[in-house]
Amino acid sequence: MIKEHKVTCIVCPAGCEIIARVRKNSIIEIRGNRCKKGVDYARNEVIEPRRVLTTTVRLENGHFLPVKTAKPIPRELIFKAIKELKEVRVKVPVKMGEVVHQNVAGSNVDVVSTRSWRK
Amino acid sequence: MRVRELVIIGGGPAGLSAAVEAKKLGVEDVLIIDRESEPGGILKQCIHTGFGLHVFKEELTGPEYAERFIAEAQERGIEIMLDTMVIELTDDRRILAVNSRDGLVELKARAVILAMGCRERTRGAINIPGFRPSGIFTAGTAQYFINIEGYMPGKEVVILGSGDVGLIMARHLTLEGAKVKCVAEIMPYSNGLTRNIVQCLQDFNIPLLLNHTVVNIHGKKRVEGVTIAEVDLNRKPRMETARYVSCDTLLLSVGLIPENELSRMAKVQIDEVTGGPVVDQSMQTTIEGIFACGNVLHVHDVVDLVTIEARVAARGAADFLKQKKKRIRPATVPVIPGEGLRYVLPQRIDLDGALEETQNFFMRSVKPMDRGRLLIQSDRGVVMSKNLKFIRPSEMISIKVKREILQQNNCLKISLCEGSENGD
Ligand SMILES: Cc1cc2nc3c(=O)[nH]c(=O)nc-3n(C[C@H](O)[C@H](O)[C@H](O)COP(=O)(O)OP(=O)(O)OC[C@H]3O[C@@H](n4cnc5c(N)ncnc54)[C@H](O)[C@@H]3O)c2cc1C
Ligand code: SF4
Repeated sequence: MIKEHKVTCIVCPAGCEIIARVRKNSIIEIRGNRCKKGVDYARNEVIEPRRVLTTTVRLENGHFLPVKTAKPIPRELIFKAIKELKEVRVKVPVKMGEVVHQNVAGSNVDVVSTRSWRK
Repeated sequence: MRVRELVIIGGGPAGLSAAVEAKKLGVEDVLIIDRESEPGGILKQCIHTGFGLHVFKEELTGPEYAERFIAEAQERGIEIMLDTMVIELTDDRRILAVNSRDGLVELKARAVILAMGCRERTRGAINIPGFRPSGIFTAGTAQYFINIEGYMPGKEVVILGSGDVGLIMARHLTLEGAKVKCVAEIMPYSNGLTRNIVQCLQDFNIPLLLNHTVVNIHGKKRVEGVTIAEVDLNRKPRMETARYVSCDTLLLSVGLIPENELSRMAKVQIDEVTGGPVVDQSMQTTIEGIFACGNVLHVHDVVDLVTIEARVAARGAADFLKQKKKRIRPATVPVIPGEGLRYVLPQRIDLDGALEETQNFFMRSVKPMDRGRLLIQSDRGVVMSKNLKFIRPSEMISIKVKREILQQNNCLKISLCEGSENGD
């Protein structure tokens, strides 16, 4: 079975609407891209789109700490990751860049703090 | 009254960047005043990524971008007076501020940089009929509730306006468990970055309804739903297309307005289009010794440009502070937006002031164009032209103009025509 995916390329301001045709998880055709960069972009978006997740976790002092995944994680894991992070409690003080949760949603990617908190 | 050398009003990215730069340029006494309990401005609540690609060559979140500047300001010994609101500014640079520690604080500044940012337009500014139930928020307020206070404004949400703030909030609410029913945009195009349309709406199958607006809000105590309708070419709703969408929350993302009450008090001339001060190439306003940068000057979509602009303002202020004698009215070249452009910044060039070999101008188009030709004209005809691609009103256009062009003409008009010289 052939599936068609529509992907908007965001690599440059042209914003090409790319059509990728996929059979059994491999791409058989890509069109609509104005340059080669669009090919790689569309391939990643179709086979395994990844995103950096940003959210907040609770600090033990009751405030909320902004965090992000240290690297992009597979898009399909995002809701699982959010759920997992709801349970996390972080001790103060915490530094920007410090790991607050490891291997989120089994992605092999850690979650780090995006600001420091003294007290 | 204490006399300070440079006082910066506002400790967001504009104020922090200006302070750090001024210190680097040798201004010893730099004071930042901010009404909040922490510096960083709006960045504190912008926890998403998308900041810093130009300035740091990496993609940071808002808090990370802010913390880098806060750390540098602290290292350089810049004083930041927090929880202090400036309530008055005069044209001879006297500042009146209040806080709960000292009560009234009165200062005289030898130079001032305005960096107060902007605020969001509210429902009052856009006029939707219906009662005034709870459940109507500006997108930025909702962002503050979720990211700083940690609670959700509602469960089922309609967003009016597709600016970046609205798009970011559509994703954020979805991730936190709300259902975003749609984003309605009155224009035929979105004002947000393509990247945000893809990663905030398409990723979660949230419909973006172009040429649509909210015509009625239902519910007396709490929002129960809204009526949305398509608009015609004149952006008047076509009532035959009206339909009801149930929701408990309406988010407004209908634009930002520079915060210029203080500037007006100081008799600074305001550009009606940008909503911010009229400035020259050193970001000096029409009042001597008062400079402006960041969202108080014009609304920026990218924080990096705020930092770059703030550095220019800091250099302007540093030069002004070194200057010995008072200058008489300088000769200026006005730079005005022509067809196709909403505004151009700076709005004037001070010929007696420092002029770099090339001068940057920033401008916004009135509509999206795949190709456009930018023309700079004087009374002598076209003096410069440039072809541009993929122009969007939401993405600031920046061009460099040679010093000679500015020196040899007494007025410049910049306009943008659709298409290019050699056709498409
Ligand atoms: C929701 C949102 C999302 C954004 N997303 C992005 C993005 O993804 N990428 C990007 O590059 N940019 C983004 N931006 C744009 C960027 O954040 C802004 O352009 C930038 O923060 C503007 O900086 P500023 O210092 O001019 O204003 P602000 O950050 O608003 O700072 C102004 C400061 O002045 C203080 N102040 C105001 N009046 C007074 C007074 N009278 N007395 C004392 N203090 C005062 C305020 O408390 C505040 O701290 C976003 C903006 C918003 C609102
Ligand atoms: S395909 Fe090439 S031209 Fe089109 S948006 Fe992507 S990078 Fe730009």
